[in-house]
Parts: sequence; C-alpha cells; structure tokens
Amino acid sequence: MASAKTDPHASGTARIGLYSSLLPLGLLIGLFYCWPAVAAGKVISVSYPWMPSLDLYLSFRLDGLSLLFGLIICGAGVLVTLYSAGYMAGHPQTGRYFFFLHSFMLSMLGIVTADNLLLLFVCWEGTTVFSYLLIGFDHESGKARDNARQALLVTGAGGLALLIGILLLKLAGGSYTISHWMDGGGTIRAHSLYPFILITVLLGAFTKSAQFPFHFWLPNAMSAPTPISAFLHAATMVKAGIYLLMRFHPLLGGTTAWMCTLVIVGGLTAVWSALQAFGPLDLKRVLAFTTTMALGMMTMFLGGQSAPVLTAAATFLLVHALYKAALFLAVGIIDHETGTRQLDRLGGLGRGMPLTALAVAAAACSMAGFPLFFGFIGKEIMYAGALAEDMFPQFATVAAVLANALMTAVAAVVLLGPFAGRRPSALPAVHDPSWTMWLGPVILGMLGIVFGVNPEWVSAYIIQPAVWAFHPAREEVLLTLFHGFNMPLLLSAVTLSLGALFYGVRRPLGRMITSIAERLPLSAGGSYDTGLYWFLKGAKGITRRLQNGSLHSYMTIILLVLVAAVAWPWMQRGVLTHPWPNLGDHFAAIGVVLVIGAATLVVLAAKNRLMAIGGLGAVGTGVALIFLMFGAPDIALTQLLIETLTLIIVSLVLLRLPPLEAAKKRRAYRRVMDGALALGAGWVMASLLMGVLQHPLDRSLTAFFEGHSYLAAHGRNIVNVILVDFRALDTFGEITVVVLAAWAGVALIRKTKEPS
Amino acid sequence: MRSVILKTATRLMVGLILIFAFYLLLRGHHEPGGGFAAALVAGTGFALFAIAEGPAKVRTAVRLRPTLIGMPGLAVAALSGLPAVFAGKPFLTGIWWTLGDPGSGQLTIGTPLFFDIGVFLAVLGAILSIILGLEEH
Repeated sequence: MASAKTDPHASGTARIGLYSSLLPLGLLIGLFYCWPAVAAGKVISVSYPWMPSLDLYLSFRLDGLSLLFGLIICGAGVLVTLYSAGYMAGHPQTGRYFFFLHSFMLSMLGIVTADNLLLLFVCWEGTTVFSYLLIGFDHESGKARDNARQALLVTGAGGLALLIGILLLKLAGGSYTISHWMDGGGTIRAHSLYPFILITVLLGAFTKSAQFPFHFWLPNAMSAPTPISAFLHAATMVKAGIYLLMRFHPLLGGTTAWMCTLVIVGGLTAVWSALQAFGPLDLKRVLAFTTTMALGMMTMFLGGQSAPVLTAAATFLLVHALYKAALFLAVGIIDHETGTRQLDRLGGLGRGMPLTALAVAAAACSMAGFPLFFGFIGKEIMYAGALAEDMFPQFATVAAVLANALMTAVAAVVLLGPFAGRRPSALPAVHDPSWTMWLGPVILGMLGIVFGVNPEWVSAYIIQPAVWAFHPAREEVLLTLFHGFNMPLLLSAVTLSLGALFYGVRRPLGRMITSIAERLPLSAGGSYDTGLYWFLKGAKGITRRLQNGSLHSYMTIILLVLVAAVAWPWMQRGVLTHPWPNLGDHFAAIGVVLVIGAATLVVLAAKNRLMAIGGLGAVGTGVALIFLMFGAPDIALTQLLIETLTLIIVSLVLLRLPPLEAAKKRRAYRRVMDGALALGAGWVMASLLMGVLQHPLDRSLTAFFEGHSYLAAHGRNIVNVILVDFRALDTFGEITVVVLAAWAGVALIRKTKEPS
Repeated sequence: MRSVILKTATRLMVGLILIFAFYLLLRGHHEPGGGFAAALVAGTGFALFAIAEGPAKVRTAVRLRPTLIGMPGLAVAALSGLPAVFAGKPFLTGIWWTLGDPGSGQLTIGTPLFFDIGVFLAVLGAILSIILGLEEH
C-alpha cells in the first residue's frame, strides 16, 4: 500500500510488528539450540513449585513431540508476526492485536511443553480465551462477535470436560505428571473410571480440534483477521487437540473404545469436511474445511498402535502446518491487494504477483501430494499407516484415499482459481506486497520442497523423536523418497486420478454437497443455536421469577430457606426440645423483652407508617439494652447508633410511599401465611440459640484475646483491637464492601430520579 | 416543615455531635467506640443537619463530594498496613511508636489508629452518600 509508507501511524504500527517478531524469533533460536540434544533422545525439563498443595507445579519438559510442536508454533509465530506487520499496518488497535497474538503463542507453547496436567489445562484455557479475543478482534461486527462466542462456548465446554477428565484420572490413581506416563497406563485402562476419563478427554480434544460433530465452529472462526486464521486455526491451536491425543496415547490408547472412536470420528470428519470444501466461494472457508479434514485424518491415525500409523499422524501434522499456513497467508495477501477473496471474482493474478503465485503453487502441490513435495511423502506414509490400522483398516484406507483425492481437487481450485485464467475487469491491477508479507508464504512453500527431497533428514531429526515421545515401543521410523512399487504408491496414483476427476465435477459436486449439508442434521451447529436460545430463555425465565422486584417475596424465600434448612435436620434427629434457660435473677431483662414484644405488636397493628417506624425503633433500642445488660457495651453502642440511622433512612424512604391502608388490603390468607412464617423463623432462631446454650461456651479465643490485646496490640478494648489489628484484613474487606454498596445505592437512587 | 426550634437546636447540637464522634474515634482502642461507631455518630449528626437545613447546606459544609470520601478512606486503611510490610511483617500488622520519656508520661501511637481513621472515612462516606441522595430525591 502506497499510503502506508507516508502515514506515520501506519509505519509506527508496522514497526510494532517488526520489533515484536523478536519474541518468537528468540524462542525459535532457543529451540534450535536444544534441538540436537532432544533429537538424540534427551529430555530437557525444569520445575518450579506454584501451588504444591494442589499438586500444581510450573514444570516444563522438552521432548521430541514438544519440539515438533514448538518448532511449528515459533516458526509460524515469526512468519505470522512479520506478515501481520504489513497486514495490520494502519489498523488503530495494532498493539492489542500483537499482545493477543503473542499471549496466545505463549499459552500454546505452554500446552506443548507443560509436564503438569493442571498447568497444561491452564495454558489450554489461555488459548481458548485468546482465540476468542482474536476471532472477535473485529469487535464492531456482530457476526464476528457471534462467531467468537461460538468458538468460546464450544472449546470452553470442551476445556471443562478435559478438566473433569484430569481430575478423574487423578482419582483413578493416575499422575498429573506427564513424564510418569511412559511406563504404561495398564492400571488406568483397567480402572472402572476409564470410560469416563476417555469420554471427557476426547471431548476436550474433539472440541478443540473441531472433530465431528463439533466441527462447525472452525469455518465460522474465519471471521478472525487472516494471519490469525493461519496461525491459530490452521497451524497451532486446532492442533492442541491432536497434541492431547498424542500425549494421552500411551496412557489411554490401545483399547477398543479408543481405537473405534478415533478411527470412525476422524475418518468421518475427514471425508465429510473434504466434501464440504467444494461448497463455499470464500477462499478462507474453503481452507477452513480442508483444515478440519486434515485434523480428522490425524485423529484417525492416532487411533492406531503401530509405528507406521503414528508416524503418519506426526508427519501429516508437519506437512499440513507448512502448506496450510502458506495458503492462508497467501489468501490474506490476495484479500489485502484485491479487496476480495471470493473465488468467482478472482482470476489471472499470477502475472501481477509472481512471488505469491509461486508460494501458492508450492503449497498446493504439497497439499495435492505430487512427488518431490513433502505432501507426497506424507501421503505415502498415510497410506502405509491406514493399511496398518489395528481397527477397521479398510475403512481407514478408503477414507484416506477419498479425502486425499478431494484434497487434490481443492488444491487445484485454490491454485488455479485465483491465479490462472483471465483477470476479471472489475479487479484492479495487483502487485506483490512488501517483503514482510510475502516472506512467510514463500518460506513455508519452499520448506515443503526442501523437506520433500530430504525425507531421511526430516524423519531422523523431527519425526522419529516426536513419535518416540509417545510411542514407548520405539520402533524405527523412516521416511524415504521412494518406497518401491507397493500398495501405497498404487493408492497415490489412484488418488491423483480421482482428484483430477473431482476437479472436473467440482461445481455440480459443490452444489450437491451444499444442498445436502443444509438438509442433513450432520452438524451440531443447529443444536448449538437452539441450545443457546433455550438456555437464554430459561435463564431469563428464572431471573424474572426470582428477581421480581418484590421485597415481600425475597423475604419469604430467604426465611423459608432458613426455617427449612434448620428445622429439617432437627426433625431427622428428633432434637426439637431444649430445656428453658434459667432466667433466675434477670428480671430487668425480662422487662425489656416484654417491651420489645409490645413494640412488635405496635408495628403489626400500626395504622400509619410513622407509627410502624417508631415501633421498629423501640424494638431495636430494646435489643441494644439487652446487649448492655449482658456486658457488651460496644455492641450495644453500635446497635443503638445503627438503630438511629436506620430510623432516619427508613423514614426518608417509607414516608414517600403511598399510605399504609393501601398495603393492608393484602388478602387474609396471605397475612396468615406470612404470620406463620414469621413465627416459624422466630421459633427456629430461638431453638437454635437454646441448643447452643446446651453446650459449655468455648472460652479459649476470648482468653487469647484478653491475654494478648494489651500486650501485643496496646489496646484494652478487645472488640476494637480485633477489628483494627488482629482481624484488620477482614475489616478492610468489609469497609470495601460498604463503600461499593454505597456507590451502588447512589447509582440506584439517581436512576429512579430520572424518569426513563 | 423547616422549624425554627429544630434549626436553632441543630446549630448547637451538630458541633457537639461531631466532637463526640471524634472523641469516640480516638478513645476506641481502650474504651467502647472506634471508627465504625464514630462514623455512625457523625453520620447521624449530618443527617440531623440535613433534616433541619436541607441537604444542599450539608453539601456546602462538607465541601467534598460524599461519594469521594469513601475511597480515600479505603486508601488510608490500606496505607496503614504498609509500614508493617516494610518492617518485614505481614500486611496490616500493628506497628507502634512511643513518644515522650517515661518520667513525664508517654503517648503510644500505632498504625491501627490510622486504620481506624480509614474505617471512619469509608463508613461516613457511605452514609453521607445514601442519606443525601435520599434527601434530595
């Protein structure tokens, strides 16, 4: 953009991006430094106590699997940050953008390096929150907000399920420390809680990684800025579920339930999303469906047990991260330069932006799985893996071939659609963007070729350490360019031909899939909407009923609960009678109690509000007198003062209300019910106090304060010393509440003052 | 309803009530009283003033906006806990200083006194906000 060079704000925001790319770059260099040791099988770990009483430690470990994910996260992090410097230049909220982006990146790194399950969960929730903020980054669009909330609710609910799974795992005798798992989870797998652990952990992984039937949130998450889609929703966050499945594999994997669920859910997700990728015209939505397809394939392979299957999952993870991030970033460039990413409005861009076209060509060839590209290696090992599945190998193979053939066709759509053919006359002249933006897709696309011609190196330094980290059997992992004329090669040939066929019929196929998807209840997206609708409706209904604004009903509810909660256990245990306390020489107190009783009757019989207020005041003063008689001058003083102030405040309010006669017209049976409730509450409180008096008073606290108040706190008034010294923090909390409540009260008074 | 008798009596009373509140605040550590009770007394005094002369007069007399008295109160209470932190003890531990020499009588002053002043301001601010708000309603 020409204006970006002159606008000081735009160049400033671009600088934020340039400088902040130092953070992922530094982390990446750190990983490079550790790489040789980790590739040789060493595990680097550090641990600090955080909350040891809850078994929560800040413990991190870097093994082959963490390294694979870490390299993807930091590598993509550097490129995406640089890219964003150009993409977001001039946006008013760039600072917030980079803060969210890097916070997300650190949470994600936390997930893949955490050695403590609770720490992993904390980071897991961190990615959910920052993903929410980033999807809704364009917060003035209602659609973006809805999509962000959907992603938050779906992945957040999955996160809660994961937490339950973690706690159940502990109950079943498992350990929070991931390092302890490699010894095998035989006892966990045989435990009666195993099915519940499995269900909850899988729910967490499936929601995060957008597996069927929770796959609907990912295409909607595309309302995020494009570099965010590339980073979160293609390369990293959605892979957190895959990471979880890999980590839990040695602990929970290998049972029939694990294998069936993963193979079937993964295969279904892969094929169904690959088909759906033909529907939309928006390039980002197309790519989103291919992402759920890729996640489905990885899930399917994690259902297996042997080295080839797990290798297929790990290899495809890397293949997919490389080409998908490149494609997303390239789509962002197209959107940035032309202002649209609708397939039917694009064409002939290849001449104007050769570098971008080159990057997309490399990525698309890798995605289609042409020989010499890394995607080819990935596809060969996928077929070898599918044939070696322990459960339903035929289903897995058919699903893999179908999904890959569809991917080939989509790769052709993504490459040929925007770049080949004639440029529509509505499109402006285009050119390649600044270097920060094309660098990412070009590097990622080229890596697809570099890895594609050096598969032995990749398998030795990246894939084998990663697989061995969650595959205790440690069978050898080897990727090569050419495995000989065998079944996988034949399947590859079938895939490419099928892909060409699918490309030929892409338009009718897309229309057909769209109409099927609209009719079939194959997505939980619809039930999400109805569920949310009824949930909000129910919440409103409950609130309307309980918070109806009537003080009378609030008091009724509170007193009913009090009476029921106290009386119920007594009825159960039959301790309803307590001996009458010995009143002996407390004649004065009896007199005061009689006065209080008389004042209560005055309140009840009062014909106007002033009389009722006066009666209440007499009751309160009587209580203060009782306190004074039994040696609590502080409480008596406070009670008396509170009584005075309450009288003033109540009279300010009540005297403005309509005359009491109007309120007296309450129906007779309601008055009888209220009276019964009042008597019940009084009876319960009185019995409670008499019950307390049955036991000797524990005077140890009193003795402590009597002994220490002057010596330790220089005060003779124990009540005050407790308030301002021994329990000062409690008092501080209380006065904070007092101040806040006063502000809320003032706000309410002002609100009623202005007629709405 | 502004009665001359009430007005005249109030003039005499309010000052006395406020002095009594101050007295309660200071004596609280040894005798019944303290910041909370003192704030209630002072609040009652201002309420009386407001009934007799109208809330506008009270606002002029107090000078500060009542909603802004509570926050400094909280700040004073919080700050009174800091000397203990600097002395390496838990937050809000009482720290005491003794002034004067043993022969001619000593005065002991501690951070709890400032904490109590914070309580006084916080509660007084809350009472004044509500009462004046309701009076003007």
